[in-house]
Amino acid sequence: MSAAREHRGARATGDEDGGPRGRIRNRHWGRGHPTSEGPSAGVRPGDAPAGPLVRPYTITKGRTRPSAEGGGLDLITIVRAVEGHGERPRGPERQAILDLCRRPISVAEISARLDIPLTVVRVLLGDLITQGAVRTRAATPMTKLPEKKVLQAVLDGIRRL
Amino acid sequence: MASADSENRPSDHEAIPQAVKIIVAGGFGAGKTTLVGAVSEITPLSTEEVMTEAGYGIDDLSGVESKTTTTVALDFGRITINPDIVLYLFGTPGQDRFWFMWDELAEGALGAVVLADTRRLHTCFHAVDYFERRGVPFVVAVNRFEGSTSYGVEEVREALDIAPHVPVLMADARDRPSAKEVLVRLVTHVIDGRRPAMSG
Repeated sequence: MSAAREHRGARATGDEDGGPRGRIRNRHWGRGHPTSEGPSAGVRPGDAPAGPLVRPYTITKGRTRPSAEGGGLDLITIVRAVEGHGERPRGPERQAILDLCRRPISVAEISARLDIPLTVVRVLLGDLITQGAVRTRAATPMTKLPEKKVLQAVLDGIRRL
Repeated sequence: MASADSENRPSDHEAIPQAVKIIVAGGFGAGKTTLVGAVSEITPLSTEEVMTEAGYGIDDLSGVESKTTTTVALDFGRITINPDIVLYLFGTPGQDRFWFMWDELAEGALGAVVLADTRRLHTCFHAVDYFERRGVPFVVAVNRFEGSTSYGVEEVREALDIAPHVPVLMADARDRPSAKEVLVRLVTHVIDGRRPAMSG
């Protein structure tokens, strides 16, 4: 099973040494997602509509900022669905997020797998946290550097690769 | 005590792993995503931050109102260290105009790899400068490219004005053992630097 097929919406990135043209896009949303290396090849300003086909903030009902619960979500905050939480979330996006969170997963990965911008994911996750449907574990705050034993574990883990 | 980290609260029946991250920085085309892909257990993914606020200085949004957004993509990979720790590797946005994303990336980062491309050494000045100022431990990996003039490690160190204690090493971003070695050097460097405990 290839990683690309494992989750819908996952967009593999091409070898960046090939520049933006090396990027593989499985889906095109009409906007042309820029890669981290620059704008998408072949999409000139003015070529594309002003946004993706479904405007991101439609699914958040116009909210661009998450609730207090969602505000502290870092790129690598790990989210996990609460087992046995019966209430169904509203909307397919929240359901899709919840499905991904059956196993612990980072905020950035939810965003990438579902092809939903981070800001929108934060808003939706804030709702799910409020609802009690997911729990999170925040990344180590900047002021508190990773502990020595964590660093040692990381080092051992990399050596095992 | 050893397992205390894996438990968030005594009542949690399903533990949530702790995530840590390493930043991979460097100029456009320096091989950041290639390096991430060489060690990642997943095909590198790309996530997007949509920036809706004006005032970052480059885009003139006056009169365009909220319809104009800037999208910046972040490529990343993942390495599951053990059931309790997951390591994420994030490539920095290649364009300087997205520098505002660096703060979010750097926050809580374990350390950074600066990938230097000897054909365009100047493209990583910004990264070196940023991590130095911010106190993020980093190593410089000189990515070997076909047809590039082969500079030695010391030449690169001198050209980039890298402090003696900061590791500079040759690397091949496409090669898994080489990418691994870069990360090992970084984490070792982080551990070494941790000895004088940070006060406060």
